[in-house]
Amino acid sequence: MTALSALIRRDIRIALRVGGGALIGVLFFLTVVVLMPFAVGPDLALLSRLGPAILWLGALLASLLTLDRLFMADHEDGSLDLITMSRTPLELACAAKALAHWLAAGLPLIVATPVLGLLLNLDMVATSAVALTLLAGTPALTFTGMIGAGLAVTLHRGGLLMAVLVLPLSIPVLIFGVAASQAAIVGPMTFGAPFSILCALSLVSLVVGPFAAAASLRHGLD
Amino acid sequence: MTLIDLANPTRFLALTTRVLPWLAGATVILLAIGLYQSAYAPDDYQQGATVKIMFIHVPNAWLSMFVWGVMSIASLGTLVWRHPLADVAAKAAAPIGASFTFLALLTGSLWGRPMWGTYWEWDARLTSVLILFLMYLGLMALWRAVDDPSRAARAAAVLTLVGAINLPIIKFSVDWWNTLHQPASVMRMGGSTLDKSFLIPLLVMAIGFTLLFVTLHLAAMRNEILRRRVRSLQMMQASRVAFSNEVGTGSHQENASTGAA
Repeated sequence: MTALSALIRRDIRIALRVGGGALIGVLFFLTVVVLMPFAVGPDLALLSRLGPAILWLGALLASLLTLDRLFMADHEDGSLDLITMSRTPLELACAAKALAHWLAAGLPLIVATPVLGLLLNLDMVATSAVALTLLAGTPALTFTGMIGAGLAVTLHRGGLLMAVLVLPLSIPVLIFGVAASQAAIVGPMTFGAPFSILCALSLVSLVVGPFAAAASLRHGLD
Repeated sequence: MTLIDLANPTRFLALTTRVLPWLAGATVILLAIGLYQSAYAPDDYQQGATVKIMFIHVPNAWLSMFVWGVMSIASLGTLVWRHPLADVAAKAAAPIGASFTFLALLTGSLWGRPMWGTYWEWDARLTSVLILFLMYLGLMALWRAVDDPSRAARAAAVLTLVGAINLPIIKFSVDWWNTLHQPASVMRMGGSTLDKSFLIPLLVMAIGFTLLFVTLHLAAMRNEILRRRVRSLQMMQASRVAFSNEVGTGSHQENASTGAA
């Protein structure tokens, strides 16, 4: 337990320091959202209708781009080998790393959501709905993305290949995240149904992600 | 002959040499019967002659999912039992599965044009097959991204199994998404109860296409085994050349020749 909390604290500290790059994700999120009005036009009514979808796409891409860092830096300096060989189960270590990554790179996205909602002409209810669905959904993005990060580090290939592999897996999260936000804003569905499925997706990925990532690390590192 | 006996590639090659002609013959006969029967099947009272696309479309769609199942079992073989031929099977199946999925999409859209009035509809079923196609392509990209076959095999096995867990979830969420956005405006194809005059040709075609997959798969596995042999022979030759050069220049690095896989 202390080993895991030490791992989490270490990962967060590294991510927030110079060269960690966790906060670049927020900057990317901001930039994607700012780009959108240039693509669809500065029509505030249209933007507020597209708002939840834009915020969700931006968060999806931002969390995908930061995933590269999850195992790569540790692999480069050799500490990933130590984690693999240590007595702590690799699945738990993977889960701890993903949790730390979510705390450092995922939470700032949610904190930034209200500001970006202002830019997209979302009202109070809509913004809090999107923030709440992001809070429930981004762990699923991190934990499924971890599988891609594990594959990328064992293959020494990152970037586009990982995006191609991970993005189809994140379709359900996107569907239910946007569906829940839309349900809260315009109805007619209840917010509860898609939101609880979104939570279920996060919980499933919490179980599947660490095992798959640990399997790919264990079989792939030499 | 158990599965473990086939771990020897030479024995597998010998077996497939004997089996493949029979399989190919059975495939040709069944497909000929199926095509004949479906050509003489009566026209649908609503859809006319276009219903005959079904006899090609449905077997392709069924195989697009069946092949992922085969790859998942092969991936279990790679990760759990370390069967030497499992990754060959998984690698050989991916392009075939992608082709079946593409054909299912293509025939589906050709069928959709006269029936729905559009080539593409964001219908739940079409969308989830499209995502399946994307996942096949991603898997093939993964196989191509790495030059060491055994390393690529384990990564692809993990991804295949994750995909096998995720495909039902994706299917179900796309169903939900579609019902949320579109009311039931999409014309639903045919009743659930098929007439016998359609069902029999369809079953014959389905079995024929499955045999076609088995034939192609075994042939592709043979090719893959031979390709790997050629690769290791080339590597041995290259290291031998390197070794003789080093001996020629007087340095004694005897490890140089052991690098061949």
